[in-house]
Amino acid sequence: MTDKLLDVRGLKVDFLTAKGLFTAVKGVDFSIGRGEVLGLAGESGSGKSTIALALMRLHRPPAIISEGSISLDGEDVLAMTPERLRKWRWSSVSMVFQSAMNSLNPVLTIFEQFRDVIVRHTGVSTAEARARASELLALIGIPQSRLDDYPHQLSGGMRQRVVLAIALALEPKLIIMDEPTTALDVVVQREILQEIVELKRKFGFSILFITHDLALMGQFADRIAIMLEGKLVEVAPSAELIANPQHDYTRRLWSSMPLLTRA
Amino acid sequence: MQQVSELLRIEGATKIFHMKPMLGAAHEVVALNNISLSIRPGKALAVVGESGSGKSTLGRAVARLFQLSSGTIAFKGRDIAGMRSRADKLDYLRSVQMVFQDPFSALNPAHTIRHHLERPLMLHKKLRGEALDSAVQEVCADVELDPSVTLEKYPHELSGGQRQRVNLARALAVGAELIIADEPTSMLDVSIRRSVLDLMRRMKETRSITFLYITHDIATAQFIADDIAIMYAGQVVEWGAPNLVISNPQHPYTKLLLSAVPDPAIKLDGTGAKSFASEAQAVRALARKASPEVVEVQPGHFVRKFDAV
Repeated sequence: MTDKLLDVRGLKVDFLTAKGLFTAVKGVDFSIGRGEVLGLAGESGSGKSTIALALMRLHRPPAIISEGSISLDGEDVLAMTPERLRKWRWSSVSMVFQSAMNSLNPVLTIFEQFRDVIVRHTGVSTAEARARASELLALIGIPQSRLDDYPHQLSGGMRQRVVLAIALALEPKLIIMDEPTTALDVVVQREILQEIVELKRKFGFSILFITHDLALMGQFADRIAIMLEGKLVEVAPSAELIANPQHDYTRRLWSSMPLLTRA
Repeated sequence: MQQVSELLRIEGATKIFHMKPMLGAAHEVVALNNISLSIRPGKALAVVGESGSGKSTLGRAVARLFQLSSGTIAFKGRDIAGMRSRADKLDYLRSVQMVFQDPFSALNPAHTIRHHLERPLMLHKKLRGEALDSAVQEVCADVELDPSVTLEKYPHELSGGQRQRVNLARALAVGAELIIADEPTSMLDVSIRRSVLDLMRRMKETRSITFLYITHDIATAQFIADDIAIMYAGQVVEWGAPNLVISNPQHPYTKLLLSAVPDPAIKLDGTGAKSFASEAQAVRALARKASPEVVEVQPGHFVRKFDAV
C-alpha cells in the first residue's frame, strides 16, 4: 500500500479529427497523495479538462487515450469493464463541473438528483436516500426544506454547493473539481472553498483542482502543476511555485494577473 | 462653451424594474437606488460589485439603453434624458460606446472584421473609399492588431483577446469619449487578460479616453481605475480613490469583499468556515438596507452610513 492515491503515467490523449490526429495531452505523469489537493493550472485549450475527463474515462470519441496508465488506489482504471466502471464512477471518483447551472437537471428537484445517485449505487430505499440527502445538505449548510426545490429556485452559490454535496454522497476517495467557483463572486467563492477544506479534513478525500486563477490555487492547493499545450511544464509545492517559479511560462502566467496590492 | 470638470455626472439615479413573471406574483426590483457618481474626463471609474449588485444596470443606464425611474445622468453638463433631436441622440451614442463581457457574441459571425470596423466609420463619420480604408487600417493598428492579417478574418478565426480588441477598435473608430466596459476581461484567458487591460490603460493615458469600468474583480479595478465605487444591492456603499478605499476600507461590505480576494500567501485551512459564512450573511443583510446618509471619511473617500454590526 502506498500513500499515492492516484498515479498517472505517460498519459496521452488524442483527438481524431478530419484534419488528422491532434494530441491534446502529450504524455503527462503525476500523482495525488491521500488527502492531498493537487492544483492543475493552464489556459483554455491546454488540455486540463481533457485530463479530468480521461481520469474518469468520461472522454468521448473523437478523443481516445492512446498511451499511458491511470491507477487509482492500486486499481487499473483503463482495464475496467463497463460494468465495473459504472459502479466505480461516483463511488470512488466524483466530479464537480464548472457550471452548476448545467450540471443539475432543471426538471428534477434537488432530492430527485440525490436519489438518482444514491439509489443507483447503493440500492437503498427512497426513504433512506432522503435521510442521506438531508444529512448531506446539512453538511454544506443548506436547510433541509430546500430538498424539494428545483434548481432554478436556488442561487448560483447554493447550486454549486448542491453539486458538491452530490459529489460527496458516496464518500469518494477523489473529487475532481473543474473550475468549481469560476462563475461565482469572490465572497461566495471563499465560503465554498472554506467548506470544501473543512469537509476534506472530515472525510479525508483527495482533490484534483482545476482553475486558471493562480492566486486562488496558491491558497487552496498543496501542490500545483502548470500545464502548457498538453504538457506539464512544472510541478511543485504551492509555496515553492509561488516564491520561486522555475519555468518561463509559470512566471508569465503569474505576471499576467494584476494582484491586489494593499498598502 | 462652459468648462466642465466632469465628463459624466450621475445624480440620484434610481431604476425600479417591475417584474411580471409568467409564474408567481408581480414584484418590483430596485436595481439602482439613489446613485450619485461622477467621472472626470480622461479618467477611469471602476464600479465593483457582485452579480445582482446593479453594476451592469448602471452601465446600461449610462448607455441610454433605458430610462431611469428617477434621477439624472448628465454628459458634459447636459441631461441625456433631455436629448430629443436626432442629431443630439446620435452624437451621444457616438460619444459613449459600450464593450460587453462576451467577445464571442458581440461580433456578427457572418461578417469580416473589416465590415465591423467599416460600419461605424461609414455611419457616424460618413467616410467612403480610400479615406474609409485608411481609417480602418488606423483603428486596427491602434488596438495593436495587424491590419493585413486581421481585417479579412471572421470573428471565429480570432481569439477572445483579439475579439475584445476589435470591440475596443469599434468604439475608437467612431471617436468615443467614454467607453463603458462591462467585464471586458472576465471571459478571457488569464494570460491575455493583462494585455487587454494594458491596452485600455494606454487608451486612457495617451488618448484621454474616459472609462466606466464595470467588474467584479477589485484587483483589476485597482490596476486601471482612478476612482473606485463598491456597489451592493443597488447602492454604492463606498467610493473614492482606489488606494484610499483598498487600504482603509470603512464599510463592512468592502471589508468582506477585500478579505475574500484570493491571496496566495494565506493558505486556507478550513478553520472558521462557519464563522466566515455567517459573517458574510450578516454583512449582506446589513448592506442591503437602504441608507441615504453619506460620510466623508477623508478628502476623496466616502462611505454610506451603516448600522454597527
